[in-house]
Amino acid sequence: MTNQAGRFGVHGGQYIPETLMNAVIELEEAYNHYKNDPQFNAELTELLNEYANRPSRLYFAKKLTETLGGAKIYLKREDLNHTGAHKINNVLGQALLAKKMGKTRLIAETGAGQHGVATATAAALMGMECVVFMGEEDTKRQALNVYRMRLLGSDVIPVKSGTATLKDAVSEAMREWTNRISDTHYCLGSVMGPHPFPTIVRDFQAVISREIKQQILEKEGRLPDAVMACVGGGSNAIGTFYHFIGDKDVRLIGCEAAGRGIDTFETAATISTGKLGIFHGMKSYFCQDEYGQIAPVYSISAGLDYPGIGPEHAYLHDTGRAEYVAVTDDEAVNAFEFLSRTEGIIPAIESAHAVAHAMKIAPEMDKDKIIVVTISGRGDKDCAAIARYRGENIYE
Amino acid sequence: MSNIANAFKNGKAFIPFITVGDPDLETTGKVVREMVKNGADLIELGIPFSDPTAEGPVIMEANLRALKGGVTTDKVFDFVRALRKDVTVPMVFMTYANVVFSYGTERFVKACAETGIDGIILPDVPYEEKEDFAPVCKQYGVDLISLIAPTSENRIAMIAKEADGFIYIVSSLGVTGVRSEIKTDVHEITAQIRANSYVPCAVGFGISTPEQAAKMAANADGVIVGSAIMKLIAEHGKDAAPVVGAYVKQMKDAVISV
Repeated sequence: MTNQAGRFGVHGGQYIPETLMNAVIELEEAYNHYKNDPQFNAELTELLNEYANRPSRLYFAKKLTETLGGAKIYLKREDLNHTGAHKINNVLGQALLAKKMGKTRLIAETGAGQHGVATATAAALMGMECVVFMGEEDTKRQALNVYRMRLLGSDVIPVKSGTATLKDAVSEAMREWTNRISDTHYCLGSVMGPHPFPTIVRDFQAVISREIKQQILEKEGRLPDAVMACVGGGSNAIGTFYHFIGDKDVRLIGCEAAGRGIDTFETAATISTGKLGIFHGMKSYFCQDEYGQIAPVYSISAGLDYPGIGPEHAYLHDTGRAEYVAVTDDEAVNAFEFLSRTEGIIPAIESAHAVAHAMKIAPEMDKDKIIVVTISGRGDKDCAAIARYRGENIYE
Repeated sequence: MSNIANAFKNGKAFIPFITVGDPDLETTGKVVREMVKNGADLIELGIPFSDPTAEGPVIMEANLRALKGGVTTDKVFDFVRALRKDVTVPMVFMTYANVVFSYGTERFVKACAETGIDGIILPDVPYEEKEDFAPVCKQYGVDLISLIAPTSENRIAMIAKEADGFIYIVSSLGVTGVRSEIKTDVHEITAQIRANSYVPCAVGFGISTPEQAAKMAANADGVIVGSAIMKLIAEHGKDAAPVVGAYVKQMKDAVISV
């Protein structure tokens, strides 16, 4: 009797108000229809290639490799996508799907603002109305992205409830969706929330690992020893892992935000500090207290500042197929600066968490080993915040 | 048949909701007793949750105030135990899946049965996910209340057929909160439920005035009011009991007039 749709082991499911059930069922049916539709896929590929600048480069970071003195490091340059992050991969897919479903309005949550900007962009391109919910705290940390969304014609609603960050933006977007369903698609930005979102978003982000596989075989004639990416909800990480899950010799490494450290309360490292729970439509791991109250998490990175993790990651952790490590603010900021100086690439502070872990493990690996690090977004948006972190006040 | 059926024996039922521990447990106790004295047929006790995604601003803030005041699930059970010494009307919990799950579903439901809670409403647990909770609830004789929304349409029969206690009809799209107008055709929803279940139906979400309550009661067996009460509690704080009592009387009078 129980519908076990969208389960990854025990994780996933559809823990949402009855009001939304027909909407997610309709979405699942539409997705199952269009995902195998040649015309839909042709349109999406055209958008990804001609509009979003795919395929993204797999760049051999020679100087970084030589400086660290260990494994060869390749960077998957999602930061070079149109709008500056991997988020556009998913958004173009969902916006096209929403359009086919006859929806005229997109709503979205955003943390760092990258998903909000991507959604605002797709809405502008496809002539759809767009409303983005963003924690008030994040509208301050990421003021530039707020302006970009408004410039693109979207409404940005600052969310003041709770910790006024990504978690509250998700809650508010869900509330708005229950309020207005018939013309509205909730363009969820990560591999989280109720089924079918974790599957849909994964499939649209899987283009990352599909390309990495092809590109690394062309360049090196073999698969990498490890692929790594930062994890908040986990969309760029699942995109990076997906086509390698069956290749048991490829290590999959997700880098969580430890904030000020996993032994402090100011952390967002869900696998390191969370426990099994039910929130935001899914069963997965969440940072929470002994009574199930969701913890007010913290990370310098607005995009990783989330108390949960997508259900497929929770499953990859349970089975031991993927490893999850915690990276502190300090380590991420150092990596942000290090990659900028070494390669002339300014990564998003989110992506810098993955770079930081690469900096830890590459020197310990043999020179014939290969690591791929996904640079999920570019760091222009973070410059003012990192300057402030270093005690320098600059105007955006 | 559970104790909840007794709530629907005094004509149309009036079901007030209250967030436990806002502004403090002592006030909640006073308000509940005053609500019972003034005709409340069933009490819906909200266990606060940090991120109540089905709530509008009024109840959301009540949740946060209660948590800030130090309310925990264990304290809520202690509170119910004390309340049950003199309060006999049926009572149900309204909370979120994670509050129950993190406590341990069986431990939670067992404590409900022991302290005298007759049912549980979990707005983030739809029909498809109820297997996590329903078998344990059945085992301990606690009703897991089903919700039906304006968008349920083809799902109504399926949900109604397995419903226990009462059916919570969500009157409007969106979250909880006072509304000036309710557009949903509740009559049509109730008719579909009636064709599939003998369980009583109560309508909630957006109801605040006696006129709205009477109108909703005409198409259902009871009316649920939450935000309007929590608004009074936010305004009157520790002195809210008589004000809420007077309001409950007015609302109960309106629903039995139908």
